[in-house]
Amino acid sequence: MDMTTQGIPTAQPYVPAKPATAAKVVARNVNVHYGEKHAIKDVNVDVPDQAVMAFIGPSGCGKSTFLRCINRMNDTIPICRVSGKIEIDSRDIYDPSLDVVQLRARVGMVFQKPNPFPKSIYENVAYGPRIHGLAKSKTDLDEIVTMSLQKAGLFNEVKDRLNDSGTGLSGGQQQRLCIARAIAVSPDIILMDEPCSALDPIATARIEELIDELRSNFCIIIVTHSMQQAARVSQRTAFFHLGVLVEEGETEAIFTNPREERTRDYITGRFG
Amino acid sequence: MTDTITHTTAAPIRRRVDTTSPEAQAGVRRRYRAEARFKSYGLLAILTAAVFLAVLLIDVVTKSLPAFTTNSLQLDVAIPADFVPADQKYNPAAIRSADYLPLMREALKTAIPGIQGRGPERTLIRLLSTGAPDGIRERLAADPSLIGTTIKAPLLLSDDADLYFKGAGTAITTRATRGTATPSDTTGTITITASGNEFSENLVTVKLALAELARAAITEADRAARSTASGAAERAADLRKQADELLAHAKDAASAELLDSRLPSLLVAINGGLVKITQLAADRIEGEVLLPLSSASEAKPGDWRVVTYTTPESARKINDLEVALLERFKTNGQVERAFNWRFFTSGDSREPELAGLRGAITGTALTLLVTLILCLPIGVAAAIYLEEFAPKNWFTDIIEVNINNLAAVPSIVFGLLGLAMFLNFFGLPRSAPLVGGLVLALLVLPTIIIASRAALKAVPPSIKEAALGVGASHQQAVFHHVLPLAMPGIMTGTIIGMAHALGETAPLLMIGMVAFIVDVPTGITDAATVLPVQIYLWSDLPELAFQAKTAAAIVVLLVFLFVMNGTAIWLRKRFERRW
Ligand SMILES: Nc1ncnc2c1ncn2[C@@H]1O[C@H](COP(=O)(O)OP(=O)(O)OP(=O)(O)O)[C@@H](O)[C@H]1O
Ligand SMILES: [Mg+2]
Repeated sequence: MDMTTQGIPTAQPYVPAKPATAAKVVARNVNVHYGEKHAIKDVNVDVPDQAVMAFIGPSGCGKSTFLRCINRMNDTIPICRVSGKIEIDSRDIYDPSLDVVQLRARVGMVFQKPNPFPKSIYENVAYGPRIHGLAKSKTDLDEIVTMSLQKAGLFNEVKDRLNDSGTGLSGGQQQRLCIARAIAVSPDIILMDEPCSALDPIATARIEELIDELRSNFCIIIVTHSMQQAARVSQRTAFFHLGVLVEEGETEAIFTNPREERTRDYITGRFG
Repeated sequence: MTDTITHTTAAPIRRRVDTTSPEAQAGVRRRYRAEARFKSYGLLAILTAAVFLAVLLIDVVTKSLPAFTTNSLQLDVAIPADFVPADQKYNPAAIRSADYLPLMREALKTAIPGIQGRGPERTLIRLLSTGAPDGIRERLAADPSLIGTTIKAPLLLSDDADLYFKGAGTAITTRATRGTATPSDTTGTITITASGNEFSENLVTVKLALAELARAAITEADRAARSTASGAAERAADLRKQADELLAHAKDAASAELLDSRLPSLLVAINGGLVKITQLAADRIEGEVLLPLSSASEAKPGDWRVVTYTTPESARKINDLEVALLERFKTNGQVERAFNWRFFTSGDSREPELAGLRGAITGTALTLLVTLILCLPIGVAAAIYLEEFAPKNWFTDIIEVNINNLAAVPSIVFGLLGLAMFLNFFGLPRSAPLVGGLVLALLVLPTIIIASRAALKAVPPSIKEAALGVGASHQQAVFHHVLPLAMPGIMTGTIIGMAHALGETAPLLMIGMVAFIVDVPTGITDAATVLPVQIYLWSDLPELAFQAKTAAAIVVLLVFLFVMNGTAIWLRKRFERRW
């Protein structure tokens, strides 16, 4: 990753792995209400597989809300109502017959604030595979943990203290631990809600590198407030404003030649 | 921000904090003073609380100390060979049920020879507790070969005798003499004639005491005269007459005096015996022999002494003979003070020296066990359900409000509920730890539920979200992550609730746990009492020795509380986790 890039860098070339019809996540007319508050209004978006999609937009515009619709995390908020249709691999995830626990096993999430379990580093990563019965044996589990930590770029730093508490790590390490935890169950999709908001540039760079690597195997959606970050890591970008998806397209196009006035204003920093 | 807003005069509004003006400096000083004042208030509050606590603790502990030791007489007890019939010699039951009173009496009489007559003998045996033979009984039952021998055994003193050695008796002063004295006899009522006016000094003291009594009577009479109650006038007149008589005695320096129990007791220790003076003149006394004299021969100067028991006999629990006997045992080195194990190993008793806390402690343990077994699972399960799973609707709202209300219901109401429900409706046994535990469980349940819910709520939601995020079910997230983190809080809440239950008296009175129960309960359906109720019962008893017992029981209860609260703190520290 080129950290010296100033202003709006050129995004990496995006070659869709599959035609648009094979989008991993398809959202149609999604509306979200928090009680009386209409937080997401008629959002339609296709998220491609094996690519990174960035959600950008001013604070409070509904990025997190929409992200949390994709793994139905909004179910835990009693006043939240979701309508419309979200499909993953052509399967409606709000279908009552669908098991939400299995859905979440396939749609991993990394939260804005690092939230490791107050358990050992090993346990943090092993928890998901264990409850889903992914490991046949202890060595199997060890392997999953090691692989996940390696993929998250944390293994070398923690390999001697896997039994220390996960909460004893630094903020950046904790966030990478959370990423390792998310990828340990090999989800299809990883949702990242401002994963670098609490991190210094070096840790940010490592995570961006990591996202770039993960892209080849996962479908990644990342919420970010940093235009540079969106430009650096994503192939597609969606701009939200006041609950509305204003514009969505290839990152390069959005940043160099937005169709909408509001998008231009936002990415050039005129409001937000 | 401020400089972007411009004024019409084009001069920007600048409202800066001025740090140099006198007002600003006065403001700073005022703030410092206010802070210092607040700090001192806080300190004062803490100190006041600490002083109250210290006073309370010191008071209770000092009052309780006598109860933790006990005095007994180390005597040689001869056990006659025919103590139990020969064919019963190896039957522990027969040995236990034998009559030990004659043994005790003989042992006492051997220790103090010369005690004759039923009265003094009875006084002697009453020095011992009714539980005095217990130790010997067990020893004989365990080892019948001791029958026919003489064994050295500690014999427990009665409560009053015990208290005498703990300072509830009298100060004793002894005065050496200058002249000779001749007793008229060795027992019974005797006179002692002394050379020189040996007793004049005592006579003066007695007359002064009489004058003092007269003054007290006059004060009393004045008060009675002012009173409007019927019969007050007669009483005043009566008192005045008494006072006049007393004064007449006091003024006549030479007249002999009859001593009575309102005056300090005077005694003469002579020829190895002790004579209690009943009539005192300057050169001779008349008195009762308490401890027999070895001979009626003349005692040389310095060989006999005048002894004063400063506290008048009427103002103490034990009479002069008892004091004399106890003092004799003490000089013989036969009084032994030891830790009062019995206080922890025996049940309640009407005799203070035999009363122990074992019954109450066992009762408390059983009751709390029942409470804990009921409360912890139900309380924690209810809290988890309400906090994590219950739908939020009017029904759960009502439940929540009612739980909070229950926590504020006076405990006696739970007692009445227990009485009506568990005893009258379900017909469970009265006074039983089972019912006590049930009632206390009702009492503690709201506390545990509220504390557990607070602990569950305090777990950051991010932890639960993290678990849900990796595909844990709601239940897995709660039981794998939320509950372990809430556990220290739940434990603390539970222990504080149990400590609350430990100190609870009122509801247990309602279900009959207030009965006088001697036996140590062995199960949750036996009649039992608990520590706070035991304290309540003992505090009501007239015997002086129960005051110390009450304080000691309070100390034991406090120790229990400290241990429980200490455990709560330890658990919290031990299992607390950062996140
Ligand atoms: N749990 C909730 N209850 C009620 N309203 C909510 C809740 N969560 C979010 N909202 C509202 O929904 C709107 C969108 O919130 P959301 O968190 O999705 O914003 P965001 O785009 O992620 O903002 P940010 O960039 O600051 O994280 C906001 O107006 C917010 O007030
Ligand atoms: Mg957000």
